[in-house]
Amino acid sequence: MFTGFFFVLREEGVPVSLTEWMTFMEALNKGLAGASLHGFYRLARAVLVKSETHYDRFDLAFSRYFLGIETPPELAERVAKWLEKALPPLEVDPRQRRPFVSWNLEEMRRALEERLVRQKEEHHGGRYWIGTGGTSPFGHSGYHPAGLRIGGESVNRSAVKVAAERRYRDFRTDETLSTRQFELALRKLRELSQNVDAPKEELDVEGTIDATCRKGGRLELVWARPRKNVIKLALMMDSGGSMTPYSRLCSRLFQAASKVRHFKDIKFYYFHNCIYQTLFLDPFCRANASVSTEEVLRSLGQDYRLIIVGDASMAPSELLMVGGAIDWTAYNEEPGLAWLQRLAAHFHRAVWLNPIPKACWSTAEGRDTISLIGQVFPMFELTVEGLEQAVKALKTRR
Amino acid sequence: MKKTFDHTADYLVSDELRDAVNIAIALGRPLLIKGEPGTGKTMLAKAIADSLGLRLIVWNIKSTTKAQEGLYVYDTVQRLYDSQFGDHDVSDIRQYIKLGKLGEAFVSDEQVVLLIDEIDKADLEFPNDLLWELDVMNFYIPETKETIQARHRPIVVITSNAEKELPDAFLRRCIFHYIAFPDEEMMARIVRVHFPDLEKNLLAEALKAFYWLRSIGGLQKKPSTSELLDWIQALVVGGVPYQRISAEIPFLGVLLKKNQDFELVLRRLQSGGAQKAPPAFGANRRGW
Repeated sequence: MFTGFFFVLREEGVPVSLTEWMTFMEALNKGLAGASLHGFYRLARAVLVKSETHYDRFDLAFSRYFLGIETPPELAERVAKWLEKALPPLEVDPRQRRPFVSWNLEEMRRALEERLVRQKEEHHGGRYWIGTGGTSPFGHSGYHPAGLRIGGESVNRSAVKVAAERRYRDFRTDETLSTRQFELALRKLRELSQNVDAPKEELDVEGTIDATCRKGGRLELVWARPRKNVIKLALMMDSGGSMTPYSRLCSRLFQAASKVRHFKDIKFYYFHNCIYQTLFLDPFCRANASVSTEEVLRSLGQDYRLIIVGDASMAPSELLMVGGAIDWTAYNEEPGLAWLQRLAAHFHRAVWLNPIPKACWSTAEGRDTISLIGQVFPMFELTVEGLEQAVKALKTRR
Repeated sequence: MKKTFDHTADYLVSDELRDAVNIAIALGRPLLIKGEPGTGKTMLAKAIADSLGLRLIVWNIKSTTKAQEGLYVYDTVQRLYDSQFGDHDVSDIRQYIKLGKLGEAFVSDEQVVLLIDEIDKADLEFPNDLLWELDVMNFYIPETKETIQARHRPIVVITSNAEKELPDAFLRRCIFHYIAFPDEEMMARIVRVHFPDLEKNLLAEALKAFYWLRSIGGLQKKPSTSELLDWIQALVVGGVPYQRISAEIPFLGVLLKKNQDFELVLRRLQSGGAQKAPPAFGANRRGW
């Protein structure tokens, strides 16, 4: 019964398992859905969907299966559908960008509403209708000096307002990696030892037997310290402009690292493109929240494991030249590469995680600097698999 | 269905949530409840117990809680000490076995409601360690060679604040419901329960400002129901005229707990704030 619905759900990306489907069938047999479609909807959602992030997909699948064709509900929803199949982002030569044209939000909203009423299908790459990759003021991944971005990613950064709504859309995460997977990978980074200042709270059976025998059979309890992870971790993250597309991925790694809570100590630092004499304490890289890299090297022992996260993509001068730092206020007396080598020499175990997929390292825009940095630090891609390899590298002495 | 759950005198429940509870009871599956803080997750279990006239057993989970503690604890040290002084009969291990909350729910003479509160606080593997026990509703105590079998399948309610993601195998066995944040109308009813004599204009303005705050994108911690209630208390005590509320949002510190959020909202307030009509296509405003 309703087996088609099962497949529609999976097509829409709701991860329904057979176990859950059988439970659902059992519930239907017990008559828990009542006689209404509404009851069916609630029953199916309660049994088959296990995360609010999938409510939206469930709604889509449900309407697709039971209504066959989409009834025109909210206009925004329809538009969101058109925009799902997007053209590649339109890259605009900065010289061709027209100067700021005056615009009026009210007027634009009116125009959008009017266009929503008249538009019946997808349009991509055009200059008038709502769509992607074009120069119409509405849609995304396109360019219009005073455009209204609807969904999608900021590519040319000219969208004045963002508009897209669906009831559970906010919860949706189209991400393949979850914090949980990162956490599990980071868990493997441990080195247990009893030599820590923890209270003695575990019964030492061997010691107890020994002490009791020495007392001629009178019980003498011996306590030992529980074994604890002694690994200390320093995370340094590039928060420069080219990292913006990866910011969510990186923040998930950071969240996972701070959540795992099993490290003895964990330090977070930020930098812009490359590490020079200063490291920052927050992602905004402001001078009033910074420490000198020298100071960090002094205060952190060599046993700290170092993980640097960055796309390693920059102008070669930033890495190789004196004064090559991207921020012109941050004049560096030594080239970035020297600083990186200094870090690598100090921290015996260090890795570089790169959010750019490994397959693109030799073709990406920053291929030169990626390969230069790859000679200083072992480089892994920022995926669950890459992180696992990195953790392995951090456990073994170079 | 023998027993069905419905509203109680002091707990308002949406139809969707009511259905989810009844589905979980009928199928004998644990009910997993997620939702923002202040949406009444923990209260739900109490409401179910009240509504069905059952006893409620609460198992509060902390970061150090182990699954085993919910089943039973074997107090070896006590037994060793007792054996030293010889004033107890230590051959009966059973007196050193103390049942945990789950064990207590299993041996109860009548059906109970078991609340496993904030399961995401515990270790990552915690939910997996309970899979078997929640599935077949029994566990084995090797020390006494006893199997504890649930006499009546307890109604299990599990709450999560989504601090950690839960393992798939665990999720597959649960009935899931996400309690959405109450809308303005519902919130007005909730506030009325706490402040029956509140002035109408003050309530309307406070709610307007509150939902405007929540609509700001990029807040690290959105204010929740309990903060709203504290804030209204502050407004009443401070005698703030309602006309000033949405323009200035006095006592903002009661609503926002993070420094960055505070600054963000102050910037928004200076540029017009809650008095401007909300944009028609959602409040995800973004600049250049």
